[in-house]
Amino acid sequence: MATGLILSGNAELWTIVLLSLQVSLTAVVFAALIGMPAGAALAVGRFPGKRALVVLINALMGLPPVVVGLTVYLLLSNSGPLGVLQLLYTPTAMIIAQVVLVTPIIAALTRQVIEDLDAEYSEQLRSFGVSRLASVPTLLWDGRTSLLTALLAGFGRAIAEVGAVIIVGGNINHVTRVMTTTIALETSKGNLALALALGAILILIAIAVNGALGLIGTASGRAAHA
Amino acid sequence: MDGGMLAGSGGRTASEAAAILPLRVRGLHYTVSGKRLVDIETLDLGAGVPTMVMGPNGAGKSLLLRLLHGLIEPSGGKILFGDRELSLPIRLRQAMVFQRPVVLRRSVRANIDYALAAHGIARRERAGRVDELLRMGELSDKAGQPARTMSSGEQQRLALVRAIAASPDLLFLDEPTSSLDPAATQMIEALIQRAIAAGTKIVMITHDVGQARRLGGEILFMHRGRVVEQTPCPAFFDAPVSEAARAFLAGRLLL
Repeated sequence: MATGLILSGNAELWTIVLLSLQVSLTAVVFAALIGMPAGAALAVGRFPGKRALVVLINALMGLPPVVVGLTVYLLLSNSGPLGVLQLLYTPTAMIIAQVVLVTPIIAALTRQVIEDLDAEYSEQLRSFGVSRLASVPTLLWDGRTSLLTALLAGFGRAIAEVGAVIIVGGNINHVTRVMTTTIALETSKGNLALALALGAILILIAIAVNGALGLIGTASGRAAHA
Repeated sequence: MDGGMLAGSGGRTASEAAAILPLRVRGLHYTVSGKRLVDIETLDLGAGVPTMVMGPNGAGKSLLLRLLHGLIEPSGGKILFGDRELSLPIRLRQAMVFQRPVVLRRSVRANIDYALAAHGIARRERAGRVDELLRMGELSDKAGQPARTMSSGEQQRLALVRAIAASPDLLFLDEPTSSLDPAATQMIEALIQRAIAAGTKIVMITHDVGQARRLGGEILFMHRGRVVEQTPCPAFFDAPVSEAARAFLAGRLLL
């Protein structure tokens, strides 16, 4: 029955899948725009409190989604500071919550990648007359394969989480219902076919992402050691 | 920038090169937890004569090169290029090649292009110069290849042509051939000879006496952070002045 749902091109099912992808991909784009420069700056910067900041960002990688959902809910609710924007229970709210969730992951992984690369490059770039700050774009570009891993890790986190999007999205049919929230709802209603179909798609996406990670790993390994 | 400034075309007047030379060191020291790892009262390195830095491991040779090139800050003392202290324009007239080549994760061509761009050379002038340098390093057939997939000899050749890309007046070389086979070493030495002929001042660390004889104009012998002697090349090997250098050449100098 679940397989039938996937294969028949059930419109409701694919709307949910597409919304999930749309929300999580948008969130990853914004998280990357914030997290990558921030992570790189943290890697090359020399300032007091840097160690503490690194520890903090690493800790934020494990932010509980429900706590993020609750915080964003409080910000966006009618009585919250951003209530006037009327964003609660919209896909935008879900994107905001996932950006909060994914940015520390991308920032922390970027910092690690850039710091390792910087250890190798810094003397050479300094010799070229490139300043610490100006070396950031070079390091980001030359770390591109490893950074793609950071993006995929962030996407994996976003697409699979349920706690944040269910609180700020409200799981409204055809508006904010995504794969994970639908699985939670349909399971409690006893509609296991749809839940299983979505579960299967979610797992396929996870496998695809991990497969991509593996391929990138082998490709960059070859490039480095051949 | 005009084509006449490029080392391959060999066009540069002595007065241009003289601007950042002689390199003069006064009261320089580099101290880590109370220990003076480099301690040099006076040292003058003039234009023209290639300087080979020799000495046992731990003598402070690599530290000296890094101090002179401004990669690490001295604990005290002065380093003067001509009569000026290090600045970005002065750094851009120098280059350095490391023992283990640092090649960017890009194509061979992009590696050279990066160095030229860092020197503010316009894009349209870079392409021709990159081709010229690729030929010089015998890397033309690998231009589009990821640089890190090449052999270590090829990577070091790339690092060297990249270092001389913008025709430095002063080139620091930190044991560039120490991990290379004889053929690769020979190619590197040929490139160094070429840079010398183009008027670049070489300051190079080597443990290879034969190499020092082939390339050296003078030998700077270091021991325990100090310059023990600075002697013209053949004389150093025939009759070193210091006891430490005699012991080193006889293979019995310990740190």
